[in-house]
Formats: sequence, structure tokens, C-alpha cells
Amino acid sequence: MANNEYENKPLNTDDIDSKRVIREDFVSEDRSDALDDEARIKVLSPTMLVMKRFFRNKLAIAGLIIIASMFLFAFVGGLISPYGEDQRFYTTEEMMKDFASGSFNKEYKFDYKSDITFSSTARANFVLALNKKETTFIDGNHLSYFIDSVTENFHKISELVPVAENVMRVGDDLVFTAVNGYEITDELKDAIVSTMKESKTQLSFEGKTYVIKAQGRTSTISVASDIAIASKLVYDAYEQDTVFDYNFKLFAETAFNTEGADTFTVNDVTYRFEKDGDEFKIYKVDENGEKEYAKATNFIVSPSMQDMFLSIEFKEALKESVLAKQEKFISIDDKNEETEFKIYPKDNEYLVKNMQVTRVLKSYSPPSSIHWLGTDRNGMDILTRLMYGGRVSLIIGFIVIAIEIVIGVILGGIAGYFSGWVDNLIMRIVDIFNCIPVIPLIIILGSVMDKKKVHPTDRILWLMVIMGILGWPGIARMVRGQILSLREQEFMIAAEATGLTATRRIFRHLVPNVIPQLIVLATMGLGSIILTESTLSFLGIGVKFPYASWGNIINDVTDIHVLKNYWFVWIPAGFLILITVMGFNFIGDGLRDAFDPKMKR
Amino acid sequence: MWKFIIKRLLLSVFILFFVALIIYTIMRFIPTSYVDSMAREMSQKQGALSYQELKQQLNSVYGLDDPILIGYFKWLSNAVRGKFGDTWYYTGKVTAKFADVIWNSFFLGAVAFILEVLIAIPLGILSARKQYSKTDYAVTVVALIGISLPTFFFATLLKLVFSVKLGWFELYGSVGKFYNQLSTWGKFLDIASHNVMPIMTLVIVNIGSLMRYTRTNMLEVLNADYIRTARAKGLSESKVINKHAFRNTLIPIVTILGGTIPSLFSGAMITETLFQIEGIGRISYDAMVHGDIPFTMFYLTFLAMLTLLGTLIADIMYAIVDPRVRIS
Repeated sequence: MANNEYENKPLNTDDIDSKRVIREDFVSEDRSDALDDEARIKVLSPTMLVMKRFFRNKLAIAGLIIIASMFLFAFVGGLISPYGEDQRFYTTEEMMKDFASGSFNKEYKFDYKSDITFSSTARANFVLALNKKETTFIDGNHLSYFIDSVTENFHKISELVPVAENVMRVGDDLVFTAVNGYEITDELKDAIVSTMKESKTQLSFEGKTYVIKAQGRTSTISVASDIAIASKLVYDAYEQDTVFDYNFKLFAETAFNTEGADTFTVNDVTYRFEKDGDEFKIYKVDENGEKEYAKATNFIVSPSMQDMFLSIEFKEALKESVLAKQEKFISIDDKNEETEFKIYPKDNEYLVKNMQVTRVLKSYSPPSSIHWLGTDRNGMDILTRLMYGGRVSLIIGFIVIAIEIVIGVILGGIAGYFSGWVDNLIMRIVDIFNCIPVIPLIIILGSVMDKKKVHPTDRILWLMVIMGILGWPGIARMVRGQILSLREQEFMIAAEATGLTATRRIFRHLVPNVIPQLIVLATMGLGSIILTESTLSFLGIGVKFPYASWGNIINDVTDIHVLKNYWFVWIPAGFLILITVMGFNFIGDGLRDAFDPKMKR
Repeated sequence: MWKFIIKRLLLSVFILFFVALIIYTIMRFIPTSYVDSMAREMSQKQGALSYQELKQQLNSVYGLDDPILIGYFKWLSNAVRGKFGDTWYYTGKVTAKFADVIWNSFFLGAVAFILEVLIAIPLGILSARKQYSKTDYAVTVVALIGISLPTFFFATLLKLVFSVKLGWFELYGSVGKFYNQLSTWGKFLDIASHNVMPIMTLVIVNIGSLMRYTRTNMLEVLNADYIRTARAKGLSESKVINKHAFRNTLIPIVTILGGTIPSLFSGAMITETLFQIEGIGRISYDAMVHGDIPFTMFYLTFLAMLTLLGTLIADIMYAIVDPRVRIS
């Protein structure tokens, strides 16, 4: 087949090595018919001869096409691809998600003036005092408070500021020490005296409430100032930016509990309210008429996300459904769209879920026109990852083989040329390096790098250095073997006679003669380096995320679910490794045959 | 002959000494903080020694506190006596764990090896005899595919086809769930069915190079003068091939096959890991991934020894098989 044409030529290349074949070509052509023009045309340069033989080999051409297209795919493909190496894709998905939760309020809600703090100790002590039916309590800072229970569910809380200490009633007169710079008028004094006579503990005077607290034989009189309210009602707004402050709630609740009242005014705004069962609907009244403003209810609805605003319509619908013990209801969601909600009761809470559209990673989406090979676990485009992975694999292959060649040629050349003890020493080093197991060593170093959290870029560098340093013995051996025989040839005697230095003789005269074998070895070596690298990356020790490598793309398949369902995640990557390594092997094979036709015969 | 063997043995010991030194040095360059944290992690295991005791033990076996050379000799003197210390990741002695699993690996490797030889040599010879025929191309391409196939990819493909799609074999494991309840014959079948895919993987991935090697050698022999002579004598083609060509082809093949025998003990790391077979390859992979330095030291030294043994056997076989080779 490939060789038949070649055999017809008047060449005899059977029993001489490749280098000399080329010389022989000239000689034999010349001998047939000296300087005949026709004969001269047939003379080919050595390189051309090799190329001619190479291109006759179909497998070698196949390999060349594979590798060329792989370079295009990896290096040009990455530029053409509209996506980035670690660009994630998202998709929207409908799923039952928490929307809101509702519950009947059984706790007191506290509202207080904006310029004070009402600590949690105070809140706890308030509840304790209520349970003990006391009217005063203290907080963690020993401030005293007074409870004015308007109804069972609404309490006004006032802070007590002492106005007079060491108070003693002597007949109709009062002995005391005024504190906090408070002036006690005669009218107030009379009021206090009359209150004390009736053994009461509190009195109202000029709109203020005073509390008398007995401490042994003397008493303390304090003035109460409203600072907080505790109520079981919660306020829902019709509009998102409505804020209910302390004043509003104070006036509203006071009005709710005032017989016959249906309006109240806060900060010059008038509100009207309607009672509806245990709820109150509040309208804002201004010159344009009335507008729904708020609703006070005992049913709390809180959204699942903090900045979500729930409409009153939804809240009412939820409450009704809960009261009617329904499992689902239809209402509007936060985007004013009508949807179906499901209620999941849990303890005293009612969890509301609905189908929501959420943004999720587009994991393992099948091949489509947008993602030709689908997406991987991280929602990245597999085709693009393959392109970048090819880059990494090819670059690693070339750099490692370059390191191997540099070390191997230098050491092999020196060993072959000098022979004797130098040769012996270098060959023993070769033996030693040949014995070091590469993959296990990289695995243990990789696990140390994992623990030390080495950056992925540095890992790639380390990987290349280690593989290069451990991989050169084969090349050194081959170079040495070739040079051992080349050294004895006439051209070396000539080189020695011209007085060239040893370095020059080795690297200018001997090594170039080894280049054919070196190219063959390097091509085959590239394949095996890519295999080793992809194996390591597959094990999670070589190239790491976010960098792509064909090996670590396949790594997803360790998940059985992926193996069973998503062929497009791992088969393309494995196929690319296979054909790339095969391409290098085909080329290497073809080159070997082209350089050394003897082997094929 | 004996002189040659002894000389090579001494050389191997010399090389092994330096290989172990390099491995030891690399292990010593692993930051001490890492060793410390590993020891600390280990001491928290149930029934483990305390951190101090562990450190002490490590120092006595690995000479971690000494300078590298002294530490190395300390380790070496222990290693020569077979003391490799306790594993960090497993329990017990390194050598005990090794003895537990080594035969699993060997049997897996041996069966695959025999199959390889049985398939590769006839095919290699066939393709050489019919050079440039369709058979030859097919064999060459199959061999090159085998060489180029990443083990993990091929094993996964097998799993997909035979376990997931066809359901013939289990995805992994070396025995089934109900192994203990089976009869002897059932046990054998169970083990056999679990080993089909791993062996198939090993055979396909390794067969290529042997096939090509056989083909190249056969081609060389077929072009030799004595074959021409045999044909000229008028011998039948089968006689030429079987008696003259085949025997001479075997010389280099037996040599390299002899050299591969020690590597049957090295375990198939990827295959064993993927099919979860308790062999030395998987055990040491897990140990290495979890930073089990004592086990790793042992395994690396063991592998180096196997490589040396392989070359030694190949050299000796070469001298034995080919009487033309005279060694001084």
C-alpha cells in the first residue's frame, strides 16, 4: 500500500539507518546517470523525503487532522465561543416555595417612644407584673414603670420619675424632699394629701398621673409619663411604605377602647375606624374623603422574604381560610398576580406555600441550540469548558514534554558522549528516576496541596514541574543510545579534528542527528502526558476548578446519577481525550515509519 | 550467569537506596504543620494513641526530628527489618494492611495478564503475517485505541453499558450483598461476575502495547534471512510460521513479559478505585489522598522495588531465552 510506490524507486534503504538513507539517495541517483536532468529532478531533500513518506500514511494523516482540529477547537474555539470558561448559567424554575406564614397573635407587641429603649428585661418584667396583677415593675436599670391597663389586651406603660421622696403625711400637711427639680404646687400637695387619706396609690392631677409608693414609713411620689404601649393587635398597612409609630398606635388603641368614639387624630391627621369583630379597619380622612389606611388585627402574617410586601387582601384571605380550615386558597401574591396558595399547619403556625418562579443554576441541562452539549453541574456550558479544557491539557502536554526534552537531551547527550564514569553516573541517576512512581507521588503531593489550599494556578504549575522532572529518563536513555553509536562515525572524527569543544560537538553535531527519534518520542510522549494529566484531574488531584480540564469535566460522572442520566456531561470529554491521544500516537507512528522505513518493511 | 545476577542485584540495591532517599526527602519536605495536623486528627480517632505518643512513635519510626540523612538511616534501618510503622488512615500496621489486600490485586492482575497474552500475541502475529491487509489495519487501530483510552473513561463506559443499560453486572464491589449465603459454586460465580468489568478494563487498556510489540517483532523476524531460507527449502507456510518465525518472535516477548510479572503486584489504582475492589491500588490511593504518610512511604518504596525487579527479571530472561546472548 503506502510503501509500494516507494519500493519502485532505485533506492536500497533496507539495511542502513535512517540518517544514512538520505545520503544514499544522492549517491544512488547520481550513480544511475550522472547529472542527467531527469534524474536530478527526482532528487528530494531529506526533509521532503520524510514528508513524502509521512503523507503516504493514511493513519498519520488522520492523526494530523485530529490534532490540527483539536488545536483549532481548543485555541480558536475558546475565542469564538460566546461564553466564558467559568460562566454560570441560570434558569428559572417553578417550585413550591415558602411564601408567608400566618399565626394568631398571643404575645404582646410593644411600641414605645422613639427616643427611649424598652429593654427585653422590661418586657419580661411587664408580663410578670401583669400575671401577678401588679401595677408597677422595674427593668434591668432599676427604672420603675407603671402599668395602666385599659383593657385585657391593651396596656399603657409609663415611666415613673420620682418627684418627691421621704414623703410623710402629718395631718393635712405633707413633709417631703423634692427631687429632680420638680416643683410641687400647693394644689398638688392638697390632692396628694387627700389621696393618701383615702389610702389610694395613684392620682390624676392636671392630666398627669402620680403614683405614691410606700417605702417603710415614708413614701415616694413619682410622676408617670407615657412611654410605651403593649397590645395584642397587629397593624397591617394598605401601602408598603406606611409606618405605624407609637403615637399612632397609642391614639388608635385609646380610641378603640373609648365608648362611642369612631375617629382619632394623630399629628393633625384624622382617622376614622370601623370595628369588625375583633378587628379594626382604619381610614385616613382628609379633604378628598376617606381612604383605606390600615387594619388592626390579631392575626400576624409575615412574608418569607424580608423585603416582600403582602397585601391586606392576601392576609384576609389567609385568615379566612385558616379559620375555615381550608387547605388551599386563591389570592394575589406580592406581584399582584392571582395564584393558588397551599396552607401547611404546623403547631400554631400556618405555613403558606405557592408555586414560585426562582432563578436556579442551569445544572445538567440537555444539549440544545444555546448549549450544544448542555451544561454541567455548575451550570456551565460544556462545549466551552471542553474548549478551555483542551487548552489546559495541550499546554500542559507541551510544557511537560519541553521540560523532559531539555533535561533528557542534556543528560543523555553528556552520558553518551563522555561514556566512562560520567555515563555510569548519569545512567544510575536515570535508573533512580525511572523507579520513582509518578502518579502516586503526585497524588500524595496533591493531597498536601489540598490541605494547604494551594491556588489552582499554582497547582497547574506544580503539576507540570513534577511531571517534567520525573518524566525525562526515557528520553535520556534514547538520546544516549543513539549518541553512543553516532559518536563512532566519521563525521565525529572530523569534528574532533577541527578542534571543536565538547559542548559544541555534543549539541551541534550529535544531538541534531537524534532529532528524528526525539520528535517521534516527544509526539508519543505528548499522548501519554495528556493521559496522565487527565487521570489526575479526574481523580481531583490535577487541574482544579475553576480551570477546566478534560479530566475534571469527566469527574462529574463519579455521581451515579450523572452516569445514568447525563451522557453529554462525560462522553464528549472522554472522547476528546481518546482521539487526541490517538492522534498523537498516529502521528508518532507515522513519523517513525517516515524517518526509518526499515521498520515498516 | 550467577555473577551477572549478583552484580545486577547489588546495583538494584544501590539504586533502591537512592530512590528511597529521594522519596523520604520529598516526604520530609511536606510541611511539619501538615504532619502535626494529621497526627492531631488521628489522635482524635476512637482508640487511638494520644497525640504525644503518636508524635513519639512517628519520630522513632521516621526520624522526623533528625536531619534528613540521619532520619533516613533511621527509617531505613527500620524498613529493612520490615518495620514500616502504623498506618494513619487505617488501623494496625502498614505491613498487615498490605498483606490483607495484596493477593486481591495479584489475582485481578494475573487473570488480566493471562488474557492479554492469550489475545495479544496471536493477534499481533496475525496482523504481521497479513501486513497492510484489512485485518492488520483493524488490529493496529484497536491496539492504538487501547493505548489511547483513559482507564477511567473506559471503565465508566463499561459501567454504563453493562451495568446501567444491560444490567448484567453490578456497578462495583468485589462480592455481592448475599455473598455469605451462597454455595461454593455460587460464591465463585459471584466473584467472577464482579470481576468481569475490571478485568475487561485492564485487558483492553493494556493489550495495545503488547499487540504492537508482537507485530513489530514478528515483522522483523519474517524479514530475516533464515525465514527466506526456510521458505526456499520448500517448507509449508504453517511450518515456517510456527516453527521458525514464532519461536524467534517469542524471544523479545518473553523477555518483556517476564519484566511485567512483578508489576502484577503493584495493583491497578484507577481500576480498583473505580470498581471499589479492595486491592493494594485502591487501598494506597485512599491512604495517599488522606495523607497517610507511613503507608505512602511503604507503597512508593514497594513500587520502586517492583520496577527494579522487573528490569532485573527482563535482563535475566533475555539471557536465558536467547542462547546467543552471552553475558560476562
